[in-house]
Amino acid sequence: MTTVAPRKPWAATPADRLRDLAIFLLSAVLSYLVVAVTPAKGKLAYVGLFFIFYSVASGIAGWIKFGRRSAADLFIKTLIGLMAFVTVLPILSILTTVIAKGYRGINLNIFKTDMSLNAPTDPLNVGGLLHAITGTVILVSVALVLSVPLGILTALYITEVKGRFTKPIKFLVQAMSGVPSIVAGLFILSAVLYPITKAYSGFMASLALTILMIPTIARTSEEVLKLIPNDLREAGVALGGTQWRTVAMIVLPAARSGLMTAVILGIARIAGETAPLLLLSGGGDKVNPNPFHDPMGSLPYYIWKSFNAGSPEAITRAWAGLLVLITIVLILFTAARLLSTRKVK
Amino acid sequence: MTSSLSEVANAHVTKAPSIRAAGTGLEARGVHAWFTKHHALADVSLDFAPGTVTALIGPSGCGKSTFIRTLNRMHEFIPGAAMAGEVLLDGKDVYAPGVDVTKIRLQIGMVFQKPNPFPSMTIGENVLSGLKLAQVKVDNKDDLLEECLERAGLWKEVKDRLGAHGGSLSGGQQQRLCIARALAVRPQVLLMDEPCSALDPGSTLRIEETIRHLSDTMTIVIVTHNMQQAARVSDSTAFFLSDGGPGQMIEFAPTSEIFSRPKDKRTEDYVTGRFG
Amino acid sequence: MSTVPAPRELTTRPRLSDRVFRRVVTAGGLSSLVILGLITVFLAYRGVEVLRQEGFNFITKSNWSITTDDAGNVVESHFGLAAMLVGTILCSAVAVVIALPISVATALYLNFYAPPWLKKFLIAVIDMMAAFPSILFGIWGFLVLMPSIEYWAKLLNRYLGFVPVFHVDAYVFTRSPFVAGVILAIMIIPIITSVSREVFSQAPLDRIQAAYALGATRWGMIKAVVIPHGRSGVIGGAMLGLGRAMGETVAVFTVLNIVFQVNWHVLFGVGGNVASLIILKFGEASPYEIKALMAAGLVLFVLTLLVNAIADLIVKTTGKSGK
Ligand SMILES: Nc1ncnc2c1ncn2[C@@H]1O[C@H](COP(=O)(O)OP(=O)(O)O)[C@@H](O)[C@H]1O
Ligand SMILES: [Mg+2]
Repeated sequence: MTTVAPRKPWAATPADRLRDLAIFLLSAVLSYLVVAVTPAKGKLAYVGLFFIFYSVASGIAGWIKFGRRSAADLFIKTLIGLMAFVTVLPILSILTTVIAKGYRGINLNIFKTDMSLNAPTDPLNVGGLLHAITGTVILVSVALVLSVPLGILTALYITEVKGRFTKPIKFLVQAMSGVPSIVAGLFILSAVLYPITKAYSGFMASLALTILMIPTIARTSEEVLKLIPNDLREAGVALGGTQWRTVAMIVLPAARSGLMTAVILGIARIAGETAPLLLLSGGGDKVNPNPFHDPMGSLPYYIWKSFNAGSPEAITRAWAGLLVLITIVLILFTAARLLSTRKVK
Repeated sequence: MTSSLSEVANAHVTKAPSIRAAGTGLEARGVHAWFTKHHALADVSLDFAPGTVTALIGPSGCGKSTFIRTLNRMHEFIPGAAMAGEVLLDGKDVYAPGVDVTKIRLQIGMVFQKPNPFPSMTIGENVLSGLKLAQVKVDNKDDLLEECLERAGLWKEVKDRLGAHGGSLSGGQQQRLCIARALAVRPQVLLMDEPCSALDPGSTLRIEETIRHLSDTMTIVIVTHNMQQAARVSDSTAFFLSDGGPGQMIEFAPTSEIFSRPKDKRTEDYVTGRFG
Repeated sequence: MSTVPAPRELTTRPRLSDRVFRRVVTAGGLSSLVILGLITVFLAYRGVEVLRQEGFNFITKSNWSITTDDAGNVVESHFGLAAMLVGTILCSAVAVVIALPISVATALYLNFYAPPWLKKFLIAVIDMMAAFPSILFGIWGFLVLMPSIEYWAKLLNRYLGFVPVFHVDAYVFTRSPFVAGVILAIMIIPIITSVSREVFSQAPLDRIQAAYALGATRWGMIKAVVIPHGRSGVIGGAMLGLGRAMGETVAVFTVLNIVFQVNWHVLFGVGGNVASLIILKFGEASPYEIKALMAAGLVLFVLTLLVNAIADLIVKTTGKSGK
């Protein structure tokens, strides 16, 4: 028996690819020429004309090949692809700008000193953001201690206890995820800072961050716990375990890596949160290890303060702070993705 | 069992497949199909004569669905799918470079196992949806609507509620609606993949009637697990089987012969119920 | 003959440990209710004095002034949020109008056009963008994007100036609601995209196949099956984005020129935003003005809650209606 080779007659042939490339290049050249000879100018003109030419040229190619319907199909296809590209453009711009502008403010020194003896406008070789990094770590840690239990308990209520408040709580968690961060800040201000502590501190800021973090953790954990197969739970109960032991010894361990993902996403959500810190943390310039006493600096506060100081040195400090902050967020985010792609066992 | 099936098969006049000019109708030549590395179908050649009903029978997983989906190029939607061979429609390979797939699918309609009317459209809109999708203009939509629903055997039941949603019909009615929808674009060939397996016996009979009527004007290929059904509606029958490897066509003959004196032992085992 | 036995009761009384467990989990689960309730109560409690004094003027007037005597007692005060509310709505409306088509197109691209490897990569990138802090968008928007946006605004005004919203009273385009709206649009694109992608991916496969089998092109299939199925979900996603845009603080504050004057012209460099007002005034606010800010926070809270609740309802009911 002769063997037959599988074919994919529907896949694009080299000739098709060549034609697509030609259309692409033609549109690019055409938009360049039009910008050169007409009064239209600037990046917007290039991009806008290119979009129009590329979509229309693809449409015309489709028309020639298969007629009117194919023209509309390919026109839309090209347009949609270009729009998706527009979505990615700002991310590219943001990442390249932060790296290009921030690296000049990065040196070993900034990880060793704080700003207690310096102003943001000082030369870049003095002062640093040690206080900001330690501050952010402390703020986030305290917020974690408060929000992780509440977030996971909320998820457990929805997936395990399934009491009569399940629906309203799902709704409220969703509503809570839409609470503006400034409102969370005002709330802590009105409910805790003014009546009780009467002083700025890291803890006040952590309380506000807790409010912002709970819904992220609750919703992600809920998704994760729902993926735990029911037979695991039934097996636990069938072996004579109580629900409490089943959840603690079977369900939660099985969901461990997913719950870690939830926690990490929660951290990523609040690490760069700025507005409530402006209201509550007081933003010190010195390393302050005590969240309950004295103002506490943080990366967002440092960035904000430097940015508002306005001098070139200060702006570079802000970019450097953003570079550090975004590096942390990206590391957390990558960790969350790596953890969540591992199978829930 | 055998005798009763062959009686059923002989009860209707089988159309002679010879009354046609060469190069018309649908023809598969040496068709293979793969899912990624899995070779699901090997070397199937079948000639579907115009105006006849061909039944494809065989145990589950032997590649019947895969085969009919290669005929109207629906196979290629599965990621990793590949094929080999040719499918000729009026003598021209539907897989040739430069062929507009959407036109092929207009000429080779399809009805699926589960009725799938468009939920956002009314009954009337459902029937005419193919025209809208294909941007085909017709002069008199109302006539076409009535004609298609009539041919699908649904007109009497729905003529007073064409504005109702497709989902408000029973399963059998929905399936006939899907047939009417496929008819509206006037295909030459209609592929049906177990069109009755989700329906009750009453609806099944109605659809079989519809198939007999339609076969006067078009070529029909029907996959079925119901041997009685194959015997009742088809002129020719092809038996598919997979012996662990890729599915193959074992025997293709007039339906009365498949059920009364099959040439292959495996076909006999299958139609007499000693297998599968 | 035989008597029917009395049915036995099949209640299992949970053991003590389980009852404690359920109590604790329920208590934790109610935290969202408690927190949302407390937010309402405390903001209302702090803001009630100002709200009572201003009455409806608080949302219909737009002057914000406070005069105190030497002892710090309030002599006269006027607090009106109208300009800020109009600005909030305007900025977030611009954001949604820009973000919605781009997000829907991106979601369609991801679900129906992108090759698998690119799809995975783009989803990771867009999710990552959702995790970017808003201060980053603010500073990047201010230093990098703002000059371009102003240029676009001038073009819009030149060619579409006859449309009332694109009209400007004076030739001032810097720090307009449009600028803030574009930056907010970039911030909410990931949200609307991921909701849309989710609802589009739930479009029933058998209907998609039915459309293709009828000779539909890809775009024809999308119009006939995917869009009708996903429409309400996309609207819900847009509302979620709207809620997020209305509550955004730092990014808007960075780029917006806050003026206590109602302005409906998006390109004109006069704007307002409730959240930014709070940051703006908080630093040097007297205790009485803080109460006004609390009241403003309450208004913002209720507004975003409402938008979010509607969004949630819309997203939830979609998918059920399509069946
Ligand atoms: N989408 C798919 N992906 C991978 N393998 C498939 C897919 N669909 C069908 N197959 C395989 O192809 C073979 C033939 O399937 P099918 O054509 O559906 O059989 P039938 O319709 O005769 O029951 C089976 O072995 C099945 O496992
Ligand atoms: Mg099948």
